[in-house]
Amino acid sequence: MKISIKSNLIIMLIFITIVLSAPIWGKVIGAAYPDLLQKFAIFALFAIGFNILFGLTGYLSFGHATFLGVGSYTAVWMFKLFSMNVLPAIILGTLMSGVFAYIIGYLSLRRSGIYFSILTLAFAQMAYSLAYSVLTPITNGETGLQLSQQDPRYLDALFGVAVSDGLPSTNFFGLSMSGYSGFYFCAVILIIGFYVSLKIFRSPYGLKLTAIKSNQKRMKYTGFNTRPYLLSAFMISGMYAGLAGSLMAVTDPLAGAERMQWTASGEVVLMTILGGAGTLIGPILGAVIIKYFENIFSALNTAELHSIFSFMPKFMENIFVFITNPFVGDGWHLMLGVLFMLVVIFLPGGVLEGLGKVTNLFKRILGFKSTKQGASKGESS
Amino acid sequence: MSYILEIKGVNKTFGGLHALADVNLQIEEGETHAIIGPNGAGKSTLLNCCIGRLIPDSGSVTFNGKNMIGMEAHDINHAGMVRVFQTPEIFPDLSILDNVMIPALAKRDGTFTFNPFKKMADQHDIHDEAMSILRDFSLDDFADHIASSMSRGNKRRLELAMGLIQHPSLLLLDEPTAGMARHDTNNTIELLKEMKRQHGTTKVIIEHDMHVVFSLADRISVLARGHIIATGTPDDIRNDPKVKEAYLGESEDE
Ligand SMILES: Nc1ncnc2c1ncn2[C@@H]1O[C@H](COP(=O)(O)OP(=O)(O)OP(=O)(O)O)[C@@H](O)[C@H]1O
Ligand SMILES: [Mg+2]
Repeated sequence: MKISIKSNLIIMLIFITIVLSAPIWGKVIGAAYPDLLQKFAIFALFAIGFNILFGLTGYLSFGHATFLGVGSYTAVWMFKLFSMNVLPAIILGTLMSGVFAYIIGYLSLRRSGIYFSILTLAFAQMAYSLAYSVLTPITNGETGLQLSQQDPRYLDALFGVAVSDGLPSTNFFGLSMSGYSGFYFCAVILIIGFYVSLKIFRSPYGLKLTAIKSNQKRMKYTGFNTRPYLLSAFMISGMYAGLAGSLMAVTDPLAGAERMQWTASGEVVLMTILGGAGTLIGPILGAVIIKYFENIFSALNTAELHSIFSFMPKFMENIFVFITNPFVGDGWHLMLGVLFMLVVIFLPGGVLEGLGKVTNLFKRILGFKSTKQGASKGESS
Repeated sequence: MSYILEIKGVNKTFGGLHALADVNLQIEEGETHAIIGPNGAGKSTLLNCCIGRLIPDSGSVTFNGKNMIGMEAHDINHAGMVRVFQTPEIFPDLSILDNVMIPALAKRDGTFTFNPFKKMADQHDIHDEAMSILRDFSLDDFADHIASSMSRGNKRRLELAMGLIQHPSLLLLDEPTAGMARHDTNNTIELLKEMKRQHGTTKVIIEHDMHVVFSLADRISVLARGHIIATGTPDDIRNDPKVKEAYLGESEDE
């Protein structure tokens, strides 16, 4: 969809309105639970960051869940050691994943194309098994890293914050991070993250990243050292992932190795491509769509399918339940696979491209001139 | 006499093929030097050895007194040697305007600048420069079109504009008019002449079109099977029997 709104201010106002009114429009689509809305915001942030690497430079990382995990572990350790205040946790979570992204990016970016993807995947698998078994003292292995009442929390102790009973809960200077305040906290971070991404997209730096995607050889002979550009983009997107990971720990203070599994890395690839890689809004849309459908379809079971199809004659009902059953519950990933396949085959530009086609169609039907094709692509949103 | 570019004893082999055999070539400051020769003579290979795309097996390439061999492509660009490729190397997914803005950014900002919070829309100096060079090439009307939608001839002209906006001290052109309509070819010849008048840019041009060669070249070198078989003024070359045999003989009756 080629809406090229020139003014950043207008884009931000629209975006802020949509994000902050999520509890309202969430009701319409039956998604108005803070837990789910939080997930939307966190994964949108993850996808925005991923898009800065993949969408702009074209480098497809298959290991971004590593940074998600690093962010989560770091945040939980911050809760345990320093304070239940979320600010130090998300700051350090982001920085720590930046450090990891520097190391992994430095090594992986020695190759491009499929070899780069494989290297990132290999690093991610290494990180996963480190977290799962080797580094058990840090990650608590299979069980996952959890809070306990006996944690030192030196900073909190210094200020005399004590936990009387049960596990301590995360807060932002006293504001508890559960329920809607947790969502609004994530929403504000998402808005900031989106603003940064908007600035990057429209900066000379962002233009150079898209130019690398378009023709890296030309970039080199034009006088650009492409390595630091790629590495910085890799680090930025790793830090977004780290921020998303630490927000996961903010809303639910535990961290497990499964967060770093390759399926989690693949999911963000799907989100970005599904929504529309290289566009500003696409990845956010992709993240919301996937998390929304996951929420609906993974919750369904055979009994519920029977009640959905109960309006049909009995034998039809049974056939439909038989067909749809593998796609719901734990089989939801099958559904996701089909969805993804359809998008890649029929709408390689993602859902956003589909929306664009539909709007153009309506405009034609209503007698407007269709929007000019072939105009500047970098600005599309 | 000091030369802007000095190629000494350069050899390059691919497997058993001797693509460049002991090539010596001196380019004088301010001249337009044409390299001609049949297909596969090693002309593009020679340019590749100058801009860091290939490393010669032996020999030296000195540009403005500095050894270029082993230098990175982007550093060679900033040293002032800019290459326009035989098959157009543009940014196909970007707008025509962005295609010329990027080399201008390279010239202004160097090999790496991290400025994610600057606005592209505020880069007025570069925008104006880019528009003015697009006007010279009559491409300004299409400035916001995607570059991949252009004809092959226009892509070539665009790449030439991308080279010129950097004001290089030496411009290497690999068949700049191949695939262009006669009209555009003449246009390009005029542009290159104009550029020489205005900036005195030194150029090396590889070209098969003898009309282009004889309209532009101050000196010509002839490359055949990896050897420079003659270097001289256009008149010398026209009358050189060796050249006639190796090259001109075949193409004169085109
Ligand atoms: N990278 C390479 N690897 C292997 N062989 C190469 C390579 N580059 C060039 N060659 C070979 O070297 C010889 C010289 O090629 P080159 O491209 O320099 O010729 P040219 O004079 O530019 O010809 P043309 O007029 O067709 O462009 C050719 O035989 C070519 O096949
Ligand atoms: Mg050639």
